[in-house]
Amino acid sequence: MKNENIIQYIYGIADNTLILGQRLSELCGHGPNLETDIALTNMALDLLGQTRSYYQYVAQLSGDEKTEDDIAFLRIERQYKNVLLVEQPNRHFGYVITRQFFYDVFHLLLLQELQDSTDETLAAIAKKGIKEVSYHQRFSSDWIKRLGDGTEESHKKAQEAVDDLWRFTDELFHMTEDDTIVMQNEIGVDTVTLKEKYYQRVREVLEEATLSVPETKWFQKGGKEGIHSEHMGYLLSDLQYMQRAYPNMKW
Amino acid sequence: MKNNWPLWEVFVRSKNGLEHRHFGSLHAADAEMALENARDVYTRRNEGVSIWVVESKNITASNPDNSGELFEPAQDKVYRHPTFYTLPDEVKHM
Repeated sequence: MKNENIIQYIYGIADNTLILGQRLSELCGHGPNLETDIALTNMALDLLGQTRSYYQYVAQLSGDEKTEDDIAFLRIERQYKNVLLVEQPNRHFGYVITRQFFYDVFHLLLLQELQDSTDETLAAIAKKGIKEVSYHQRFSSDWIKRLGDGTEESHKKAQEAVDDLWRFTDELFHMTEDDTIVMQNEIGVDTVTLKEKYYQRVREVLEEATLSVPETKWFQKGGKEGIHSEHMGYLLSDLQYMQRAYPNMKW
Repeated sequence: MKNNWPLWEVFVRSKNGLEHRHFGSLHAADAEMALENARDVYTRRNEGVSIWVVESKNITASNPDNSGELFEPAQDKVYRHPTFYTLPDEVKHM
């Protein structure tokens, strides 16, 4: 196993938190009301904080002059290894919450395993993240229940979001070649083993929310291998704008 | 979005051993949401270790119009303060 395998493995986790954090931060000042606006922005900051820890570690592992900023801002689209789910745009509040919920349940299961990694840095980042992500999952699960079991309109919108985003859930468990190598060296998590618990938890919440679980067996993937949806380019142009327009700029 | 959620008052204990203090108010559909919102709105910069929320309508407040009869009589009664005793030097923190 080479450092490059671990670096690619970390991108598979940290790019999710970066891109989801970016999506949530787009809502800053645009939430449906003051309270949820602040809640979503808090989550964006939690995710960004976790991303920084991962990228700082990547910078250290890569052994060149790269910094966390280079990693966040100066890669090209194909080099980002986030799943398609997290790059999906903010269509409406129910959509944002559903995307969050689908990711949170996975995220918590992942970190709970990653905290036992033989890599001490990754284990420490995971341990610290668990508290934050437990709250994220609580927040998004509560909201799924409120929206699903709320008004006719909120139920309809939540169900639409569930039906639309469901096809992206299977990719969460996709193992790339690097993931497999890193897992075999007891540093990475075997995500396939999380699948059953994941769908069980998701089903429980959806049922409580009176939402129906989609029956489709067709799933879309690609992000973890660097093949993204049409939304990713726009997101990156926003994210990278300052560093591209003013190289090496500092605040 | 029109906000039809009721108003809640938020009390936060900043440190163990201190009392809960009124921090402000917010909107939420029910008590559980009020707690989560309070956590996000009022404790995101490490301000607290415990939160109470109570729906604002459950608070009975004194009427400002009655301030005269309620509070003014206390203004000229210095003897209600225990400041007329000579304290021995050994007694501290009074």
